[in-house]
Amino acid sequence: MLNVERSEIPIYGEMKSRFAGRDVAVIGVGMTKFGELWKKSLRDIFVEASLQAIENSGVDHIDSMYVGTMSGGLFVGQEHIGAVMADYLGVAPVPATRVESACASGGAAFRQAYFEVASGQSEIVLAGGVEKMTDGADVTDALATAADQEYEVYNGITFPGLYAMIARAHMHQYKTTREQLAHVAVKNHKNGSMNPNAQFRSPVTLEQVMKATMVADPLRLLDCSPVSDGGAAVIVCSVDYAKQLKKPYVKVVASAQASDTIALHSRESLTALKCVSVAAEKAYKQAGLKPTDINFAEVHDCFTIAEIVVTEDLGFFEKGKGGAAAENGSTSIGGKIPINTSGGLKSKGHPVGATGVAQIIECYEQLTGNAGERQVKNAKYGLTQNMGGSGASCVIHILEAV
Amino acid sequence: MISPRYHREVPQRYRLEAGKCKQCGHISFPPRLVCPKCKTKSFETVQLSREGKILTFTIIRVGPDKFSKETPYVVAIIELNDGVRLTAQVADCDVNKVEIGAEVKMIFRKIQDEGKSGLHCYGYKAVLV
Repeated sequence: MLNVERSEIPIYGEMKSRFAGRDVAVIGVGMTKFGELWKKSLRDIFVEASLQAIENSGVDHIDSMYVGTMSGGLFVGQEHIGAVMADYLGVAPVPATRVESACASGGAAFRQAYFEVASGQSEIVLAGGVEKMTDGADVTDALATAADQEYEVYNGITFPGLYAMIARAHMHQYKTTREQLAHVAVKNHKNGSMNPNAQFRSPVTLEQVMKATMVADPLRLLDCSPVSDGGAAVIVCSVDYAKQLKKPYVKVVASAQASDTIALHSRESLTALKCVSVAAEKAYKQAGLKPTDINFAEVHDCFTIAEIVVTEDLGFFEKGKGGAAAENGSTSIGGKIPINTSGGLKSKGHPVGATGVAQIIECYEQLTGNAGERQVKNAKYGLTQNMGGSGASCVIHILEAV
Repeated sequence: MISPRYHREVPQRYRLEAGKCKQCGHISFPPRLVCPKCKTKSFETVQLSREGKILTFTIIRVGPDKFSKETPYVVAIIELNDGVRLTAQVADCDVNKVEIGAEVKMIFRKIQDEGKSGLHCYGYKAVLV
């Protein structure tokens, strides 16, 4: 299969203008507070979020479920997560599958639920994500397994270090400033202060970010998303079924995914994330939309620099202008395109496997007009961008208000 | 690290051995079974250039447990003269004097210890020239 002429090899998967299956809806959502949930176990956290989602959706059963988790094995020594969660949610014997794509596990789990409903195979599917990171595991080591163990991590790099190298290259190439990175953290903490489920509900000042402990130059502690416990779940069903349930729902108009080299050093560019631009191009094509049609987005700001690079590669800003956009308020609520109204990973918290599903939840809340103080006015289209590792995988969804 | 896993990587880590595609000439480091450029599966073993330059770098202030006694230390992405890129520590330097574009050469060094009684693990680091 691989011995074909170079010209015959598609650079990436077939780009269908629109998925030929059924229209898919998100009808109920639930999440735990994100943070240090000392009294709750991995399974408690997942079940709490899932019960909320099931209750809010009004469904009386689920046909199957997907659970996004980066590393139950390393964080709490538990694998076979699908079965554990189906058991404790009390829904066995429904099919239950754990989905993993490092920090993009939640987005990937949602995408599997989307496919299962779109294909007509199931009517009601639960897509959830969960991580328990504070039970004593070495979190730095566990997270580093999302990078190349043999050729990056072996030599002493950490995740903040990988994104720091992206930051330094971006600052060198585009004159992005240290202050512009800090503006991302200030904005996301401000947004998170309005989110009752956020881990950090305290605003931070530019000066606090600029003087925070250095972790990996040029990234400081307040450039980094925290270590968190948390769970998030949504109910996915067909639009036809959602109409019968008579509950608020949003429509999924695009689901796209892409991958790139596992090692940062093997990428074509150190200042762009190709997995993001490739998945975005597919998503916009599926939805028949342009970047300017999107009203707000939840993006994977595991580090401040990630939000800057991602907002460029999603086409919201010209390449190299993402830092200026954060600084001049274009990405604030009320700006050109509000980014991470939930507080993002930075302030809401980043229980790795739950993050992608929590992004879908913020879109649902915004598009159904339930985002409270952080509501984006007249929002019709919301985009979620969930990323694994230093950009080796990316999952993008676009949701539409109905 | 169990020894078979360590041993498998020795040619790459000790001698910078890479796979050069017989069809398109692209050099993969570490060696792969499929060329990422032209998808063919035929390679010859070559040794990488020992000289190159720093494309980007960071100074690790908070390190993983294995490296926590070595902080602060520099990790860089280096482009070697044959175009191959890799991630390596920059050793024997004032961490504040490292710059993008700086020329380096690759040297053989101990990278980490496997606990108190395990393997000494070796590989490549860079030094400024």
